[in-house]
Amino acid sequence: MDNNASPAQAHIVVCIKQVPDTTDVKIDPETNTLVREGVACIINPFDMYALEEAVRLKELLGGRTTVLTMGPPQAQAALREALSMGIDEAVLVSDRAFAGSDTLATSYTLARAIKKLGAFTLILCGKQASDGDTAQVGPGISTHLDIPQVTYIKKIESIGEGTARVERMTEEGFEVLETPLPCLLTVVKEINEPRLPSLKGKMRAKSAKIQIFTAQNLDCEEERLGLKGSPTQVIKIFSPERRKGGEVLHGDKEEVTDKLVAFLKEVLV
Amino acid sequence: MDYLLNEQQIMIRDLCRQIASEKIAPVAAEYDKTEEFPWPIVKILAQSDLFGVSIPEEYGGLGGGVLETCLATEELSKACGGITLCFAASYLGLDPILLFGTDEQKKKYLPDLAAGKRLAAFAVTEPAAGSDASAIQTIAKKKGDHYVLNGLKHFITGGGDAEVYIVIAMTDKSKGARGATAFILEKGMEGFTFGKKEDKMGIRASSTRELIFTDCEVPKENILAREGMGFIITMKTFDVSRPGVASQALGIAAGALESAVKYARERVQFGKPISSFQGIQWMLADMATQVEAARALIYATARMIDAGVKNVSKASAMTKLFASDVAMKVTTDAVQIFGGYGYIKDYPAEKRMRDAKITQIYEGTNQIQRNIIALQLIKEMAK
Repeated sequence: MDNNASPAQAHIVVCIKQVPDTTDVKIDPETNTLVREGVACIINPFDMYALEEAVRLKELLGGRTTVLTMGPPQAQAALREALSMGIDEAVLVSDRAFAGSDTLATSYTLARAIKKLGAFTLILCGKQASDGDTAQVGPGISTHLDIPQVTYIKKIESIGEGTARVERMTEEGFEVLETPLPCLLTVVKEINEPRLPSLKGKMRAKSAKIQIFTAQNLDCEEERLGLKGSPTQVIKIFSPERRKGGEVLHGDKEEVTDKLVAFLKEVLV
Repeated sequence: MDYLLNEQQIMIRDLCRQIASEKIAPVAAEYDKTEEFPWPIVKILAQSDLFGVSIPEEYGGLGGGVLETCLATEELSKACGGITLCFAASYLGLDPILLFGTDEQKKKYLPDLAAGKRLAAFAVTEPAAGSDASAIQTIAKKKGDHYVLNGLKHFITGGGDAEVYIVIAMTDKSKGARGATAFILEKGMEGFTFGKKEDKMGIRASSTRELIFTDCEVPKENILAREGMGFIITMKTFDVSRPGVASQALGIAAGALESAVKYARERVQFGKPISSFQGIQWMLADMATQVEAARALIYATARMIDAGVKNVSKASAMTKLFASDVAMKVTTDAVQIFGGYGYIKDYPAEKRMRDAKITQIYEGTNQIQRNIIALQLIKEMAK
C-alpha cells in the first residue's frame, strides 16, 4: 500500500479542531446561537490527548509528526500551539470553498489533504469535538481513505511492523484489538496527560512556517466540498429548558419511605 | 502597570502563570502538609525548559538574565512559594558557576541544570555561621591534587534532593573571610552525606537539610575561581540572587492580594460584600500599592544587573529587604481580610503568611540587607 510507512520512518498525522473555550460559553437567548465575541478559542480538549500521544510515539519510535486542521486563518493559532508541544509540521486546510462543511464534507476534505501529505503510519484524532460532539469526522476520514479505524482508544500497547495493538474503551470495560497499519485511531482522555508547551517549543512555533492547502491544492471533487457537499442542515439551535429543582423528602426513615412510595405510585400509575 | 516586557519575557510569564494555576495551585496545600519534595512539578518545569531561562544558549539554556528568572519566580510563587523554591534554589546553586565557572565547569554542569535533569544548591550557612559568614568552620585541607573537606553545613535549601552543591569551606583560617574557598561537590561523593531534614514553619515543599563532610575528597578542578575567593563569590552570587528571593516574596504577596480581592467581593456581611466597606477597600489599596512598588524595584534592579552595571549590591539588597517586608505585611493583611477563614487551613491565606516569613530571613536577614545598603550609602558619600 502506497500510504504505508514503516515504523522506522513513522509518520503520525494528528487532526485537530479549534473550538470556542466551552468553560465560558454563552448562548444568545434571542437568536439561540453561540455568542462568539470575546470567547477565547482553544484546541478541542480531546485533540490535546491525540497530540500528546503523537509526541510520545515519536519520542518512542522516531519518525515525524504532522498536525492538520481545517478552518479559517485564525486556526493557525491552534496549529502553533500544537507545534509548541513538539509536533514537527503543521498544515492549515483553508479556503472559502470549505465554508459550511458538515462532518461528511469535512472528513472528505481532510482525507484529501492527508492523501496529499503522502505516506503515513497512523492518524490520530480526539474522540469528538467539544462544540459539535458528533464523533463523526475521525471515522469519516478513515472511510474516505479506506483504512481501518478503531475508536475510543485508551492505550496504544504497541506499534509494530504493519500492525498496532490497542485498547479500546467500551461501556463495560475495554477490548484489546490488533489492527493493520496504516489506520486511524480516535482517543479518549484516559490515554495520557497532555504536556504543557515548552519555551523552546513556543519559540520554534512562533516562527515556524505553516503550510496552507486550498481547494485548488487538493485533488478533490468540487461538489463534495463546503455547503454543496454537506447533506446535513442545521434547522434550529436552542438551549434546553432548565430542569426544575427536585423535591427533598424530610422526616424519619418510615415517613420518607411512605412519602416516596406514594409519590412513585402517583407518577407511575 | 506595563513594564514593557519583550516577547520572550511575556512568553515566560504566561507559561509560568499557566503552570502555577493548572499544576501548582491544586497541589500546594498537599505538599505543605506532607513536606514531600515536589518531583512531579520539577518534571513539569524541566519539560517546559524553565530551568534554562537564564542560562546561556551555548550551555543549553534560553539565554535570558536575572529579569527572566525573576518573572518565572514571581509567577510560580503566586501559587506556592515553597514549590517555587525548588526552582529558585537551583538558580542560587548554579549562579556561582555561571558567574565564576571555567568554560569546562560550565560545560560539565550547566546543560543538565538547564534541562532540569539535576538540581543545584548553595551551602554557606553553618550552626555557628549565619549572618557572620566569616565564622565558617568547615575546613578544606589541600592534599596533593585534591582537598579534604571536614565539617557541617545546615539549613541548606534543596539539601539531599539537589545533586550539584557549591560549598564554601575554609582553606586558610588565619586569613578570615579571605581564607574561604568555593568548591563544587556532587551528591554521591565519598564522605559527603546528609543529616536531618528540618521541620519548617513555611516553604514546606522545599527540603532543608544538613550537609555532612567526613574526609570528603574533592579534586582541585572543582574549585570555583581560585583559593580564597569563597567570600567574594558568595557576595557576588547574592547580588544576583537576591532579586530572585525578592520575586518569590513578590509572588507570595501578589497571590495573597489577588485572593483577598476575590474573597472581599464574595464575602457578604451586614447584607453587603465586604469589598464595599471603605475599611477593606483602603487595606486592599495599600496592599496593591506596596506590591506594585516591590515589582517596580525588582524589575528595575534586574534590568540594571542584566545591563552589566558594576555595583549592584545596594539595589539588590533593597529588592530583598523591601519585597520581603511587603510580603509579610500583605499576607498578614490578607489573613485579616479573610477573618476567621484566614486563620484556618481550608484557605491558602495562612500558608502564604507562613511562607512569607522566611523571605525576611534567608539569603541575608533584612537587618544584614540594611547593613549592606547603609555601608554603600556611606561609601558613596565619602567618595
